[in-house]
Amino acid sequence: MKILTKKSMCNLALVIVLLIVLVCIELFAPATSMWFSVLRKVFTFSLAAVSMNLLNGFTGLFSLGQAGFMLLGAYTYAVLTIPTDLRHTVFRNYGDSIFNFQLPLVIALICAGIVAAFFAYLIGLPVLRLKSDYLAIATLGFAEIARGLVQLQQFGPVTNGPDPINNFTAPKNILVYAAIAGVCILIIIMLIDSTYGRAFKAIRDDEIAAEAMGINLAHHKRLSFVTSSFFCGIAGAMLAMCNTSVSSVSFTSSMTYQILLVVVIGGIGSVSGSLIAAFIYYASSEWWLKFLDLETFTAAGTKIPLLGPGFRMVVFSVLIMIIVLFFRSGIMGTREIDVYGFFCKLAGKGKAKKAQEGGAN
Amino acid sequence: MSDIKNYEIKDFQHDSEHTQKEKLLEIKNLKVQFGGIKAVDGISIDMRPGRIVTLIGANGAGKSTTLRSIAGIIKPQEGEIIFQGENITGWSPDKIVSAGISMCPEGRKVFPNLTVLENLKIGAYLRKDKLDDDIEYVYSLFPRLKERHWQFAGTLSGGEQQMLAVGRALMSRPKLLMMDEPSLGLAPLVVKDIFEIIKTINQNGVSVLLVEQNANMALKVARWAYVLETGHITMEGRGEELLADESIKEAYLGKQKTK
Repeated sequence: MKILTKKSMCNLALVIVLLIVLVCIELFAPATSMWFSVLRKVFTFSLAAVSMNLLNGFTGLFSLGQAGFMLLGAYTYAVLTIPTDLRHTVFRNYGDSIFNFQLPLVIALICAGIVAAFFAYLIGLPVLRLKSDYLAIATLGFAEIARGLVQLQQFGPVTNGPDPINNFTAPKNILVYAAIAGVCILIIIMLIDSTYGRAFKAIRDDEIAAEAMGINLAHHKRLSFVTSSFFCGIAGAMLAMCNTSVSSVSFTSSMTYQILLVVVIGGIGSVSGSLIAAFIYYASSEWWLKFLDLETFTAAGTKIPLLGPGFRMVVFSVLIMIIVLFFRSGIMGTREIDVYGFFCKLAGKGKAKKAQEGGAN
Repeated sequence: MSDIKNYEIKDFQHDSEHTQKEKLLEIKNLKVQFGGIKAVDGISIDMRPGRIVTLIGANGAGKSTTLRSIAGIIKPQEGEIIFQGENITGWSPDKIVSAGISMCPEGRKVFPNLTVLENLKIGAYLRKDKLDDDIEYVYSLFPRLKERHWQFAGTLSGGEQQMLAVGRALMSRPKLLMMDEPSLGLAPLVVKDIFEIIKTINQNGVSVLLVEQNANMALKVARWAYVLETGHITMEGRGEELLADESIKEAYLGKQKTK
């Protein structure tokens, strides 16, 4: 292991502080607090965004199959963790489930990743020959096909057809979500910092030069695609836990675009950017801007015109446009969070405090 | 044709005194087509170890295509490429790099969003051993890179990027370094520096296959040269002899300005 530098010590301190905040929220916040549902989503989509960033930001493969891989992960996780005595009630329209066992959470999560990665490997064989927009279209097509296929009656005993799956293991504790996302993101960061990560970045920057340096393009692209899909599958399983119910209708391509938006806002090629953006995005859209949808909302005794269902998205879209206009390459660009450098700047220039919340955990 | 024969005989006699007789690289009747267009149409090249050999010619003569075929990036339709007695035709680029051929591509192609040091490390991607000595060696050739090792390669000047591209290609410890137009888009003074470095690298034991449009510079450093025209070799000979050749002067050097 590397010797801990001041920089990494400071980042570690930030992670610990955030972890303490998280534990405090879990222990002391009232059970009805929005923190819980928002943070569960934030952790889920942080992982999805970071895994998409591994592919789009670090390897330069523009793929839009995220919803498809999340769907595979979610279904795998859900099907494998229904308690055996409840199976026949969930699958009542199809006699019974073909699986008659219940796996522990961690193993089911890994299975979710493996199933997503396996399908990524299969479709990667033909699809990874394509470049840029064509790859995006092909992977988007895959996601839609996957969504269509799981609804088929013939797959009923496995996927419960078009009916939702529920009653599976779904922990409520936000620390569980934090732990899953944290471990997975840590693995992705280690991959990015390894020689493989450097090769991914080289492919992103210039394919021909990378090939001339002896980097096997097909092998590395496949590795990145399969790894990214593995973690996407786990993110899908986390989403299943969040929603306590899995149904193919929720894995539309608009979910992929949400993740893409998080990646772009955070900065294509920045892990900490994705994390910050995931927090801002889901906290705003699910919580902070919710009041805009209420017609009855009043500020200082006066009713604000235009407020009503759907107005939240108008404001939200405007906010996104502003962010994209003023942060051309996202909030973080390709940089990573650097607490030490930040404090150095603060001490040196006495600069105004920047929003650093939602950082590297 | 008799001229070519003469040069060759002289060259061979000269060789037997110091270098081994076997060939480092031998290309037999190489043919490459893109669609219906013959980019390289049956060229044959011999190269002995420890030399600087150059391919000169105008745009579209097939110089870069030849290099890319050797590097394995393009698959030739016909012909054989033999490196150190082994037929490497159709090998994948990574296998060819491990065999000891490294390419410094046209237009530099450094990785702009990686630092100078990371670029160098990518050059040694297929090596699993320690890189410190090689990085020091590259820094000793190009002290500028050491000063800027933390900078993103995209922020370097054109000349520095070319230095980085050469350094990066050296990181795989090649026996044969192929350079595609190292003088492209650089100021004359920088070009001179680069060619000095090419000579130094060659003196340190790396054979160099140089593709150039800047025939004047290339012929001055090269031991042996091939002239390519529309996919064929039209002339070959010692660098200094081609430099003095009337037809070469006319076609590539600008007649008045030789010397």
